[in-house]
Amino acid sequence: MEEVLFFASALGALGGAVGVIAMRNPFYSVLALIVHLFSLAALFLLLTSAFVAAAQVVVYAGAVMVLYVFVVAYVGEGGEPAWEPIPGQQFLAPLLGIALFVELSIAVLGSALLALGTEGPDVEPGFGDPAAIGRLLLEKFLLPFEASSILLLLAAVGAVVLAAKRREEAS
Amino acid sequence: MSATAWSWLVLLFPLLGSITIALGFKALPAKAAGVIGTVSIALAFACGIAALVSLLGEDPEARHHASSLWDYASVAGLDIKLGIFVDPLSIFMVLVVSGVSTLIHLYSYGYMASDEGYHRFFSYLNFFVFSMLLLVLAGNFVLLIVGWAFVGFASYALISFWYRRETATRAGMKAFVINVVGDIGLVLAAFLIFRELGTFDYGAVFERAPEAFSTNEWTIVAICLLLLVGAFAKSAQLPLHTWLPDAMEGPTPVSSLIHAATMVTAGVYLIARTHVLFELAPTAADVAAFVGLATLLVAATMALVMTDLKRAIAYSTMSQIGYMIMGVSIGAYSAGMFHLMTHAFFKALLFMAAGSIIAAMANEQNIDRMGGFGKAMRFTSITFVCGALALAAFPGTSGFFSKDEILAFAEARGGMYLIFTVLGYVGAFLTAIYAFRLVFRVLPGKPVAEAQELIDTGHVHHAEPRNPATGELEDTDVGFPGPEHHIAEGSLPMRVAMGVLAVLALVGGLVQIPGRDEVIEKWLDPTFEASALADIHPSLAQDYVGLGIGGFIALAGIGVAYLLYVSRPQLPRALEGRLRPLHTLFANKWYFDEAIDLLVVRPALAIGRFANRTFERVVVDGLVNGTEGTVRGASGVVRTVQSGFVRSYALLLIAGLAGLALYFLLSSS
Amino acid sequence: MSIEWYIVLSSLLFATGVIGILIRRSPMVILLCLELMLNAGNLALVAFSRMVGNGEGQVFAVIVMVVAACEVVVGLGLIVAIFRRRLPLNVDDLRELRG
Repeated sequence: MEEVLFFASALGALGGAVGVIAMRNPFYSVLALIVHLFSLAALFLLLTSAFVAAAQVVVYAGAVMVLYVFVVAYVGEGGEPAWEPIPGQQFLAPLLGIALFVELSIAVLGSALLALGTEGPDVEPGFGDPAAIGRLLLEKFLLPFEASSILLLLAAVGAVVLAAKRREEAS
Repeated sequence: MSATAWSWLVLLFPLLGSITIALGFKALPAKAAGVIGTVSIALAFACGIAALVSLLGEDPEARHHASSLWDYASVAGLDIKLGIFVDPLSIFMVLVVSGVSTLIHLYSYGYMASDEGYHRFFSYLNFFVFSMLLLVLAGNFVLLIVGWAFVGFASYALISFWYRRETATRAGMKAFVINVVGDIGLVLAAFLIFRELGTFDYGAVFERAPEAFSTNEWTIVAICLLLLVGAFAKSAQLPLHTWLPDAMEGPTPVSSLIHAATMVTAGVYLIARTHVLFELAPTAADVAAFVGLATLLVAATMALVMTDLKRAIAYSTMSQIGYMIMGVSIGAYSAGMFHLMTHAFFKALLFMAAGSIIAAMANEQNIDRMGGFGKAMRFTSITFVCGALALAAFPGTSGFFSKDEILAFAEARGGMYLIFTVLGYVGAFLTAIYAFRLVFRVLPGKPVAEAQELIDTGHVHHAEPRNPATGELEDTDVGFPGPEHHIAEGSLPMRVAMGVLAVLALVGGLVQIPGRDEVIEKWLDPTFEASALADIHPSLAQDYVGLGIGGFIALAGIGVAYLLYVSRPQLPRALEGRLRPLHTLFANKWYFDEAIDLLVVRPALAIGRFANRTFERVVVDGLVNGTEGTVRGASGVVRTVQSGFVRSYALLLIAGLAGLALYFLLSSS
Repeated sequence: MSIEWYIVLSSLLFATGVIGILIRRSPMVILLCLELMLNAGNLALVAFSRMVGNGEGQVFAVIVMVVAACEVVVGLGLIVAIFRRRLPLNVDDLRELRG
């Protein structure tokens, strides 16, 4: 059962990824990404990380993708060719990507880290629950938590500044 | 206070004077600079006397002291102290230098009075005296070289004093370059001494030298020859003499001080001081003696035909220094130093009188245009005659006793040295002729226009300042006697200075009458007592015979000059016609300048041109520009990476990441 | 499924994102590929967290999501600004970094 779910989600993720990079219309790329995100959420569930899966759906697929949709709608481009590398780098780009994948795979598969071959240790029922994540956030990782709050604030300010109407444009 | 303490003060006062005038020249009124300058040297002279008195109070054997202020360099086997050496010889030189300098400062106080560069003049002059005193008081070779170099610089600064005059600056450069050649010799000698003996200190060197060297061993001969190069350059002996006549471009007090009394005697002092080394290398000493003899004769011939008054006296200096060099090289140390002293007196006086006459002639220096100043300038003429008498070694004058003592010593030494005696007397004859040639051309006879003006109106003739050599109009902004030229009759300080020197020139010889009192010899004895040569004394008979011959020759020379220039004035021209080739040779200064130009200057210029055109342009520039071109090309290639495309940067990033990953994979497997 | 599968999948998704960045010209799509890469990282993090057995990797993944959100905000703001100035939305035309 688990394998079936895994392969289905993996296919969905991969398909979404390929769709992102291959679609002509950026709107379709956004949609492909949403599919990819949902598949990833499924994969997270398979790894007993419920909170992360939920956050993925709610925050990522929900909020961030909505932003993307709005901007694509505003900018409204489309219909450009998908394969437009810098001339001279046409073969280098896919080649490097594949090379990277191969190297990482070799690293993983040939790794001396024996635990990679297992499914992980038995975990108590509360693993991956919001309670567990919350406890970690507020106890061990308080500093990163606060730092990311500041980061969010900065991003919000930055967004406002970037999007503000300039005086010259108004006239 | 001890003699060494007084000696440090001797050095301090001129230096302070120079610095005070230099730093305060804006604030000091002109006369103040002159007073400060003269007083500093007078104080130095007084301290010299005090040191003399202090030394007299000691046992003759113990009259040598070394004193050092601090260690200059004491590292890696070197031990150089800032130290002076006080002994009879150095105190003798200190007294001569500071005494004559005081009188010359006094003279300059009046002579340079309306010059724009008055402050600068006194500052330089004081600095010169300081350097000369440093040279004679130095206690080790390093300090000697320091004083030597300072003296060379001061000479340059003073020769080119009127620096808008192109001939003056060229003369200054010439003097400096030739001096540098001498410096090289001196420095190399010092290096060799250090290498052989391990020390620079006089006391140690003179102690170790007799043990370290056998007679005429090539190292000691080399050292002495190098010392001689230095001595000859400084004392204007053949062949390094060409700077001296050109140095007459400087103001007359400069000629009087530097090129008569003090700087040119530095070479004589050097040989006397290092006599221990020269006695170990008789070859070198003989070379020096022969060079001195040659200079003596050649310079006398040149002075015979010179028409420029100052240059004639300059050649006379060269000739007399030849006597001194000859004297100290053959072992007549005290005689040579005695002649140094008397020469300082009468030569400085001659230059001073010449300066007065030239001022009356509105800077005209050609004796063919002069005449009749005997009537126009009484005081100047009398002092001029006194100086000329001493120069010609007229019986009873100071020059008489000093010159003949050297020649008597040569005779006493015998053997080959008789040549020196004979040719020395020939030189004395020529000296008497040329000395009185000057006297008889300038003083008696019908007064020329300038002299007549002086007689009639009492005013000095005015003229636009012109360069005596080229005749071009001069720029008086930086320093020149103003329209009011200064002659002795019009200036008390000048008269005082000249009067004192005239008296000294006449009676100064009485301190060293053979057989009666031998003050100089006794005084200098402790310095030279270790010398084998100094034990040679002419017998009393030899001395008096020598004096007789000398006196006779002097009178004969004066008589010949009278014949040629007063009673039969057409004779010189006739002689010149008969002996034209000789006359041309003498008048062209034996073509030394041309020879040096051909042998030294042109090759040097050619090397310079080669270095610039070929080496610099091709090799060096090629290297440098080639490197630049290469780097530029390489950077051009590298610059193409910065294309501005964000995606290519990303590509490079990913490529690097892939490469790193590959490396880690390979290195861990 | 052992953890290896998840990690290999993650690297495949990452490589896909890399290729996407290098071959697309529109800034929008490049940002989307950036999201791909970030998510691939997240997957790896969570997988490792399961392998180790404590929740630290998941916390990290949450923080990464926060960072991704901020970065998307700013990036999209930039795109909007570019669009407003009527400049072509083409990454190759913005090359003032040229040396």
